[in-house]
Amino acid sequence: MSSDPLRRRRSTHAALAAHGEAWVWLTGGCLALALAMIIGLLGYIVSEGVATFWPRPIELIELTDGRKVLGEETGRDKAPDGTGRRLVRTANFELTGKHFEWFDDGEVTATTRPAEATVVERLEGGRFQGFPTRLLHGDEVVAAGGEEAWRGFREKHPDIRRRWREAWRIDKGDRGVLQRKLRAARLSVVQAGLSAGADSPAGAAAAAAEKAVAAEVEAQERRLDERTAELRAGNEGWGLEFATASGETVVLPMADIVRAWQPNKASFQERLGVYASRWGEFLGDDPREANSAGGVFPAIWGTIAMTLIMALLVAPFGVLAALYLREYASRGPLTAAVRIAINNLAGVPSIVYGAFGLGFFCYVLGGSIDELFFRPALVADGQPTFGTGGLLWASLTLALLTLPVVIVATEEALSAVPNSMREGSYACGASKWQTIRRIVLPRALPGIMTGLILAMARGAGEVAPLMLVGVKKLALDLPIDGTFPFVHPEREFMHLAYLIYDVGFQSPNSQAAKPMVFTITFLLVAIIALLNVAAIWIRGRLRRRYVSQQF
Amino acid sequence: MSTSPSPADPRQPPPSAGPATDRLAVVAAGGQVEPEVHERVRQTPAVLEIDRFNLWYGTKQALHSITMPIPHGKVTALIGPSGCGKSTLLRSVNRLNDLVPSVRITGEMRLNGDPIYDQRMDVIELRKRMGMVFQRPNPFPMSIYENVVYALRIDGESRRVVLDEVCERSLRGAALWDEVKDRLSESALGLSGGQQQRLCIARAIAAEPEVLLLDEPCSALDPIATGKVEDLIQELRGLYSVLIVTHNMQQASRSSDYTAFMYLGRLIEYGPTTDIFTKPVLRETEAYVTGRFG
Repeated sequence: MSSDPLRRRRSTHAALAAHGEAWVWLTGGCLALALAMIIGLLGYIVSEGVATFWPRPIELIELTDGRKVLGEETGRDKAPDGTGRRLVRTANFELTGKHFEWFDDGEVTATTRPAEATVVERLEGGRFQGFPTRLLHGDEVVAAGGEEAWRGFREKHPDIRRRWREAWRIDKGDRGVLQRKLRAARLSVVQAGLSAGADSPAGAAAAAAEKAVAAEVEAQERRLDERTAELRAGNEGWGLEFATASGETVVLPMADIVRAWQPNKASFQERLGVYASRWGEFLGDDPREANSAGGVFPAIWGTIAMTLIMALLVAPFGVLAALYLREYASRGPLTAAVRIAINNLAGVPSIVYGAFGLGFFCYVLGGSIDELFFRPALVADGQPTFGTGGLLWASLTLALLTLPVVIVATEEALSAVPNSMREGSYACGASKWQTIRRIVLPRALPGIMTGLILAMARGAGEVAPLMLVGVKKLALDLPIDGTFPFVHPEREFMHLAYLIYDVGFQSPNSQAAKPMVFTITFLLVAIIALLNVAAIWIRGRLRRRYVSQQF
Repeated sequence: MSTSPSPADPRQPPPSAGPATDRLAVVAAGGQVEPEVHERVRQTPAVLEIDRFNLWYGTKQALHSITMPIPHGKVTALIGPSGCGKSTLLRSVNRLNDLVPSVRITGEMRLNGDPIYDQRMDVIELRKRMGMVFQRPNPFPMSIYENVVYALRIDGESRRVVLDEVCERSLRGAALWDEVKDRLSESALGLSGGQQQRLCIARAIAAEPEVLLLDEPCSALDPIATGKVEDLIQELRGLYSVLIVTHNMQQASRSSDYTAFMYLGRLIEYGPTTDIFTKPVLRETEAYVTGRFG
């Protein structure tokens, strides 16, 4: 029978390829590589981001040329000739003109960690590093000697800081409210002039109302002035005198000091306190020093607000479009072409969406809204309200950008609804719409949520289009706040992803900003993860309710 | 689905089918045969009249001039080998085949005298007059309660008293009440397969249908669940007019009053169940019900 050409060839042992062992290793290896890269990236971001605010020791470095420098070592590398060198955060910009300095190992004769070395974070001018010598109030010396001065500083500083904060709040918040009130009154005069003529009774009434408002605002301003003057007087004259490592004497006004610590002496608890306080400032305060210090609260707020508004906008559009495409549109070349077009839309560079958003949403839509409803502002101070970048337009632009993701995911979810359910509903006498609303949509909801999760992750990390449609380097007025009408979708806003670009690559003090970039990235990833976890939790609930097991 | 392997043109004159020739062979060759319909079928008034009904999927003819009355208040079983058009016929009764784009029909069906395929017939209203249960249990993704009252809900009924009453009556009618009465608000998807199918029956009878269509209701169930559903069909006997498609000879002989044997889209023999199973007129029918063919 061996001569039979049709006889099936039989191998005596199964080949390696037949077992597929090699493929298991290949597929597993690819997954492992992908995992390693993801974990590596996230781990790097987290470790760098978390460590930024930990107070690290500072060293007194003595150099061969006799100079002494106080600084925190932030980096180390090897010069081409093989000798090591270190990057030291020397601070004291007003004295040296540098924030950081490189020192070759050969130059350094000795390093010590003096206990009283103090790091000061200031409102302006970067860090200051030195040894406290005296606590001054005007001409009077309140405390002399390093230890007494430091103790005195710790005692007085909280009060001074509190007064400074109150004055700052008055300047930022209360005065802003008064200015807005004044502007509204002024605009209603312009409005009355536009609609009825400046000499009409309505115009006169508006002008009279404006006068009254102006008088009231002035009175309130005066009260605020008194209050801030009083607060500032309380802080006036308080200063902490420092001696730098190189011997200069500098007096820092206490009101300018955000916080100070002595890292070489501090106990673990004290360090933890500084760490927590810096995180608190980071999460809850406005940025300082061109965003390279202080907090990112407006950016957190802007990111979350924009992402949620985007999700709210994209969900109905995407779901309705997908519903039509999957349930109503007849299958044919046109539907196929539309589907391909939608898929391709996901591949359009995001900056194109930004340009479209600027051209259409901001200028066309926003411009028309301004013409129709905000003409006084346009006439009076030539200032667009909706006719420029803002939260609403940014959210709409990103909604457009993420629309393909939602449509594709929703279509998948709809086609995964078993036909037997639809037929069962029709057999009960339900119309197509009743079937969709009561059976198909609930059943597809978890899949739709998956699309939304993907869309939110994509949208929250987008930067390029946002630069064109409303994200700004600094925008301290939040888009949602306590002043009427509480939601201000026309306002420009800050965004964490843009902040990464701005702080990392546009900052005048980029070395100091580098750790901030990691922290901001960490925060952005954490926020996206948080939003995702929330959405996944909701999806899990929906799935338990609507999909569940077949028998 | 049920498709005829031979594209037959109904306008062609049918080859003569003498009593001596094998009708099934004639049918397989694409010919026409005269169905053997027993006189006793016509003694009970019909709830549903099927009148020279033809159906095509695209160019393939799936049903060939089916004419049969479905007696009122009785259980009528449709049997026949796979692909003989039983399910297609059932789905034509409530016009579910309308959803398939390529379907074309001629002929007529009448539900209590109302022409089903009339231009003026509202399909939605028509389907509300019927209940249907499918091969696989298809509970909706909602609570047990909402599943049962679904037909009333889509009709806009929202009075709690009415809904409660219908829910209990239907679940009792489907012999499910005692098992689920304490968890009516739980998801119907958590029930076992047999319970889900009885829930579907409860849903089908909730709107007091004029005819109940069962499409192999036990084919996806295990033997115990099958037994329960068969018992239920026994109980529905006399209360509803039931048209049931089944593959299972025992089921047909146990639970139906009338049986129709179909083959390749044609009705072959139709009569009282006892006659079909014990003394069929045609030997082809006998061959099928005794398992020698099919």
